[in-house]
Amino acid sequence: MLTLGRASLVLALAVAVVGIVSSLYGARAGRAEWVAVGRRSMYALFGVLTVTMVVLEAAFLRSDFSFRLVASHSSTTTPTFYKLTALWSSQEGSLLLWVWLLSGWASLALAATRKQLREIAPYATAVLLGLGGFFVSLTLVLAHPIQLLDPAPVEGNGLTPLLRHPSMMIHPPMLYSGYTLATIPFAFALGALITRRLDAAWLRSIRRFALLGWLCLGAGILLGARWSWSELGWGGYWAWDPVENASLLPWLTGTAFLHSLMIQEKRGMLRVWNISLVLATGILAIMGTFLVRSGILESIHAFGASTLGIPFLALLGVLMVSSAALVLIRRDELRSEHRLDSLFSREAAFLFNNLALVGLCFVIMWGTFFPLISEIATGTKASVGPPWFDRYTVPLAIALVFLSGIGPAIAWRRATPRNLRRAFLFPLAAAGGAFLVGWAVAGEPKVTTLAMFSAAAFAVAAVGQEFWRGARARHASTGASLPIALATLVSRNRRRYGGYVVHVGIALLFLGVAASSALQDVRDVRLRPGQSVHVKNYEIRYVRATGKLDHEKLSLGALLRVSKDGHHVATLAPSRGYYPSPDARQFGPIGRYFEGEATSEVGLKTGVERDIWTSVEPNIDSFAPMVDGIDRRFPLADAGAQGLLLNVIAERYRLDPPPAGFRMIVSPLVTWIWLGGLVAIAGALIALWPRPERARAWVLAVSKPRLGRAVGRA
Amino acid sequence: MELVLVLLVLAASAAVISSPLWHRTVSKDAEVGEVAALEAAKAAKLNEIRDTELDFRIGKLSEDDYQALDRQLRAEAVDLLHQLDAARADGGGGSR
Repeated sequence: MLTLGRASLVLALAVAVVGIVSSLYGARAGRAEWVAVGRRSMYALFGVLTVTMVVLEAAFLRSDFSFRLVASHSSTTTPTFYKLTALWSSQEGSLLLWVWLLSGWASLALAATRKQLREIAPYATAVLLGLGGFFVSLTLVLAHPIQLLDPAPVEGNGLTPLLRHPSMMIHPPMLYSGYTLATIPFAFALGALITRRLDAAWLRSIRRFALLGWLCLGAGILLGARWSWSELGWGGYWAWDPVENASLLPWLTGTAFLHSLMIQEKRGMLRVWNISLVLATGILAIMGTFLVRSGILESIHAFGASTLGIPFLALLGVLMVSSAALVLIRRDELRSEHRLDSLFSREAAFLFNNLALVGLCFVIMWGTFFPLISEIATGTKASVGPPWFDRYTVPLAIALVFLSGIGPAIAWRRATPRNLRRAFLFPLAAAGGAFLVGWAVAGEPKVTTLAMFSAAAFAVAAVGQEFWRGARARHASTGASLPIALATLVSRNRRRYGGYVVHVGIALLFLGVAASSALQDVRDVRLRPGQSVHVKNYEIRYVRATGKLDHEKLSLGALLRVSKDGHHVATLAPSRGYYPSPDARQFGPIGRYFEGEATSEVGLKTGVERDIWTSVEPNIDSFAPMVDGIDRRFPLADAGAQGLLLNVIAERYRLDPPPAGFRMIVSPLVTWIWLGGLVAIAGALIALWPRPERARAWVLAVSKPRLGRAVGRA
Repeated sequence: MELVLVLLVLAASAAVISSPLWHRTVSKDAEVGEVAALEAAKAAKLNEIRDTELDFRIGKLSEDDYQALDRQLRAEAVDLLHQLDAARADGGGGSR
């Protein structure tokens, strides 16, 4: 199947080139059939790349180690689920996944808009196929996913242990879907600029794809954070790592766009701003991909140094220069139809929200690229850490959460003092209440923590009030019961109320972030069995050591008993898994288990009020003489003998463990981060869900007579 | 066997890509396209009218602002209806 996979990749490049040429010729010559050829080239690109994906996945499933990629990222003992997802744990496979997703989402977008945007679509098709062709070229020239390994090894290297977590396997496709979906509005924006079709029609057509991209990117970021919290041994969910930051940047500009888009639709304002946000989001999505692949910045998520940096930089340069040039050339046609009527209006709230989001984006970008900037300026690479990021991002995030309450409640155009009183009295009271409760519960927390509690309460109360008033108005006009009125209100105004639900989710998420980062208690201790430590109000006792061998790793750990006021709360079993290095000759048949990769299994008790998080670092140095002795005595131990010997070590650790290092964290409201994320995802799905055809027909039927009257009046 | 599969993928791709050159459905698509774009704009405008009405009913717009905005939106909707009638009479001609 090697030939089929390789031929499909070459064909993919040919298809992309044919599509670009056809689209541009069709657009310039006004030949609709050639435009259709271009569009269908995208469908074909998706088809041939699917063939390549299937060839590779089949090779992973049957552990065909004649494929270099399979041999280096899988083994016969890798569980089937991880075999299926091991493809994108490599540079080559993840590039293929990227372009495959791009072709799939782009096919969907081009099919959905094939009867609209006739002038814009061919240029958008050419841009999307250009991006597809670029990524296919990279796989063909610099990171070919299908390479022959001859002779094929009997066993593969296996999947990196850190990636053996369900959310880490779903995280890349979600993130890449977000990135690739961000390029769709980008391509249509370029098409709109080229063809001067700069009204709101193209925005309406691609809005769903922008929202879907935002949703996928957000879900991908959340999955990554969840993986970090529950799988990595450092005890956090966000480390301001360059690759994490890079994924946040297009999400922030995408969020800004989804808000300012409404101002353009409603008022014909902010056209330059909107199109710049769309273009920036697309470029930042490519930049995020570049950061993971180039190894230009150090990150645990990056693939390490590679030769992909220069082509990516060239692509980014072309995209930035052409985007900026087009916006400049078309600036007269992008002039706003209206001006801001009042600072006390929804338009102004959205504008401030956009400034906060873009401000956050700028701060994070500066901090992320600071090592490069400092190296260029001073010759010395310096980096900024979490305290630097927190200093600037926390105030902006507080402002953003407050604005997420102001936006839904304030009126369009201008709000009168009466409107303002009516809209904000209850949310302000809720914010004040949250401030006092936070003060009472948390002792003497930082002002920023209390401000975030207040902002979250303000936003939730403002949105709750909107739901209540909307349902009551519907109840009054239709006579339906309040729950039915609420359900129909949401179902008939999905975009609006779905957006409000997202605001609630984001407020809850930030509440969790503020509480968990400011009020958590972290202890690093060294304990012997029987000893205990107090973390916040919990007593955590090291009951006994654990040790076991499974088919892939040796696990050494601890059994911990958590209690509060004498009552049992949880039993936790953190451990450290030691995976063998493939090089038995250098390290010895047993020693290789302590020289390969090691991962932490976190002992975690989650709860609505707090999470109790523990990890252990067994002291394996004391076993070194014993391991050396075994290796000297049994240098040729086969797998069966290795199992027996490792069981001896595990038993010895259980019976006579040396003191072990522990990290113990009691962190309040962490679960609210995941709950808030889920609420936000649910809100985005509500906003995305298409209106049923029957409902649409009903709306049209109801509206027609009224419009008819209007026609009569006109 | 593998060569046959390669040829099949090649033939299928060529068929998918080149079919608009052999069939005459494209021009019809283009005709429908103009009407579809106007229909989408009309649906969006109707949603906007309903949205504004909801804002008024829950007290987010004053009576004066609502009347002005509603009048403007309805005029725009009427304009779209006229364009739609013209496009249908044209058989979808015109550009967008």
